[in-house]
Parts: sequence; structure tokens; C-alpha cells
Amino acid sequence: MTERAVFTVSALNGHIRALLDGDDLLQSVAVRGELSNYKIYPSGHHYFTLKDAESSIRCVMFRSSASRLRWTPESGMSVTACGRVSVYPRDGAYQLYCTELIPQGTGDLQLAYEQLKKKLEAEGLFAPEHKKPIPRFPARIAVVTSAAGAAVRDIIRVCGKRWPMATLLVLPVRVQGTEAPPEIAGALRYANRWRVADLIITGRGGGSIEDLWAFNDERVARAIYESEIPVISAVGHEPDVTIADYVADLRAATPSNAAELAVPDENELRETLANAEARCGQAVRKRLELSRRRLEELGSRRVLQSPTGYIDLKRMELDVQRAGLLRAQEARLAAAKQRHVRAAASLDALSPLKVLSRGYAVAEDGAGCVVRSVDDVASGAPLRVIVPDGVLHCAVKDKERRITDGRAAGSEL
Amino acid sequence: MAEQQEASFEVSLKRLEEVVAALEKGDVSLNESMTMFEEGTALIRRCSTMLDQAEQQVLRLKKGTDGAPQELPFDGAED
Repeated sequence: MTERAVFTVSALNGHIRALLDGDDLLQSVAVRGELSNYKIYPSGHHYFTLKDAESSIRCVMFRSSASRLRWTPESGMSVTACGRVSVYPRDGAYQLYCTELIPQGTGDLQLAYEQLKKKLEAEGLFAPEHKKPIPRFPARIAVVTSAAGAAVRDIIRVCGKRWPMATLLVLPVRVQGTEAPPEIAGALRYANRWRVADLIITGRGGGSIEDLWAFNDERVARAIYESEIPVISAVGHEPDVTIADYVADLRAATPSNAAELAVPDENELRETLANAEARCGQAVRKRLELSRRRLEELGSRRVLQSPTGYIDLKRMELDVQRAGLLRAQEARLAAAKQRHVRAAASLDALSPLKVLSRGYAVAEDGAGCVVRSVDDVASGAPLRVIVPDGVLHCAVKDKERRITDGRAAGSEL
Repeated sequence: MAEQQEASFEVSLKRLEEVVAALEKGDVSLNESMTMFEEGTALIRRCSTMLDQAEQQVLRLKKGTDGAPQELPFDGAED
């Protein structure tokens, strides 16, 4: 009773603490229970109580551990808390110094995923009206992925086969680990800031949910949402859809599929061109045919149908005219003939022979000229006296001029 | 330069689609349709040539010292 040692409070708590800290079990323990009174302090430390039906223990999770939480713990959740049990000397209370908090039932990643999905969906990050159209012929495509993975090779290969006209710009990032989300988000923002491309593909090859975790990160999701350049997500073969897939303007199942969605197929375009050529040709032939038919329609009007027919017609008309002309000519000839007969008759009446038959004679000199005056011949000159039935050869014996005007007497002849 | 080429492919193809549609509609004069046919044929030739000459370019984008992007050849083996 007398020799009992007296401790200070601090010393007692220190002793208890040393006892607990020396226990191997308490240095690494996992406790299942329900979260209650969960509080996050401005310091970043998380304080909560873990309880079951009969008992409870106070817990703290320091900022360094809490920052690794992917999901948001809430009061009422069933969890397994891992850490060590020690004494908080100031309050003289033992508590669980929690380093890891695992949600019951679903894994922590699954829970984090569901929580973030719900949150971003409520904010409208998945809204269809926010989705931007993918350009039909992207000239430059930014590829935000690992430079060493199969994803980038697949994208290069498929793009090269389908549409070599597009230039690919690889923005190498880590796609796994804690550095991955800020790197991916940073590359997306950088691509937008410098407008390096007119389309972005971001993603990685397949893997477990842990491998794909960067694409379930809120920072990546927001960077995709804020991108003014359309984004195609291309995350692995995992059947689950990542948050990035929900936010992206277009979701591809794999990187190869992303390339197929990003660029047109050259062969299809060549077919389109061939098709256009055929259609052009057909349309023009149709147009020509139409014109020809119209021309034929016009040509079928009689005048144009056969030019020789027209000529024949005119020739016929000419024949008719000629026949008329001939008839008129004949009539005119007949009339002229008649006039001629009449003229011949009257001429006959005036014939000197007719006069001779009435008892007159005509005297001609040696040269055959009719003698009209005594002066026309000399005495002794030969004379031919023509009577109706012959000629008398005479000579001028003598000449005698009549007293009256010879000319007047001569006009009687 | 690549961008300009691409744009002109897109523009050429768009014009070609217009020409084909107009020709098929058939309400242009014969003269016009012959001109359009020639234009369409030229566009097809142009597009085909562009397809023939296309060669894939893969670059690696690097942030330069001034922050501006630098385009380097991509060899696929970095990181």
C-alpha cells in the first residue's frame, strides 16, 4: 500500500499506448461494422464511429489515407476498416487509426463508379444534347493514349487502312496508375487549348476494372465534357461502360472500333465516286434521250419529216405550172399561125403577079431593076418586060416624056 | 497543307453530290447538263487522285518549351 507508484496522467496513457502498440494483432487489424457520425474536417482528416449492434469504436482516417479513397463514405454504410488500434493520449481514448476503408458487398471501385456516375449524370454531363457531331472527314486526329500500348498501334493501323488522308497526332499519356487521370485530362485540355486536331480519340486497351480506372476518374470525365473538340472514347474490351464512355461524344468498344468510327472507309468512298460517275453518265444519257425525243417530235411535223418529199412536192407543182405554160404557149402559137394565114392572104391580094394578071406588065433594066421613069434607061438599052406567063426581051427604041407629072402617072403602077 | 487538301476533298465531294443530284433531277438545260457532267467527271477524277496520293502521317505531339505544341515523328516506342 505504502510503496505504490504514482503516475502522471500522461505517463499512464503513455504506458497503455505502449502496451497496445506492442500487440501485433492491434497493429494490423480489419474490423467490420457500420459507419456512423461520419465527418470530414477542413484539415482533410475523416472522423467516424464504427459500430455493430452492441458496441462501437471511434476511428480516424488521416488525410493522406483519405485522399486515396475513390468513393465517398457515408453514415449507415457497411464497411471493413483496416488499420491499427492505438491510444489518443489527449483524450485517453483508444481508437482505430484507419488506413483503408472497403465498402461491404460491392468492391470500393464499383461503389466509387456508381457514386460518380450518379453525380455526373445529375449534373448533366451525359446529356445527349451536349454531344457534338463527329466530323465526316477529320483531317487531324489527336490520340490521347499510351504511346507504347496496343491501342495506339490499332488506331494507327485501322486509320491508315481506311483513311490515310487523316494525320494522327499522338499525345502520349500514362493510362494506368495515380498519374494517369491528371495526364489524360491535361492532354485533353492541351489539345483543346492549341486546337491541334478536329477530333480526339482517348482510351486504352482492355483490362480489369482497376486497369481501366483512369477512365472512371472525375477529372478525366470533366475534361472530356469540357472539350470543344469532339471526343471518341475507346476503352478496352471490358463489358462495363466507363464514365469516360458516358461523357464522350461517341463511344467505341475498342481502339480499333474508335478508328473505324472516326474516319470514313476509302474503299466505300471509291465506290461512292464510281457510283457518282455512273449516275452522272446515266443522267446525261437520259437528258440526251429526252432532247432527241423532243427533236423527233418536232421533226415528225410534215415539212421537216423528209426534205426530198418537200422537193418532190415542189417539183410536182412545177410540173403543173409547166403544163399550163405549155398550153398557153401552144395557144399563143396557134393564134400566131392564124394571124399569119390571114396576113398571107392579104399579102397575096397585094402580089405584083396578081396585078399583072389584071393586064399590067413590069419593065426591068438589064440589071434587073424595075423601070419607073423614062430617065431610068437610055435609048437602045435592053429591057425585060414581065407579063404573067413569061418575059419579053426588048430594047428601047425611043424615049418620050409625058407632059403631066411622070411621077403622078408612075404612082399608078 | 494536309488540312487544306482534306478540306478540298470534302468540298469536292460535297459539290459532286450537288452536281449528281442536279443532273438526276433533270431540270437543267441540255447545255447546262453537259457542263455539269464535265464538272462532275473532273471532281471524280480529282477526288480519286487525292485518294490515290494520300499517305498516312503519324506525329507525336510534344509540348515545346514555350508551351506551344511541337510535332515530331512518331516512332511508337517511347514512354
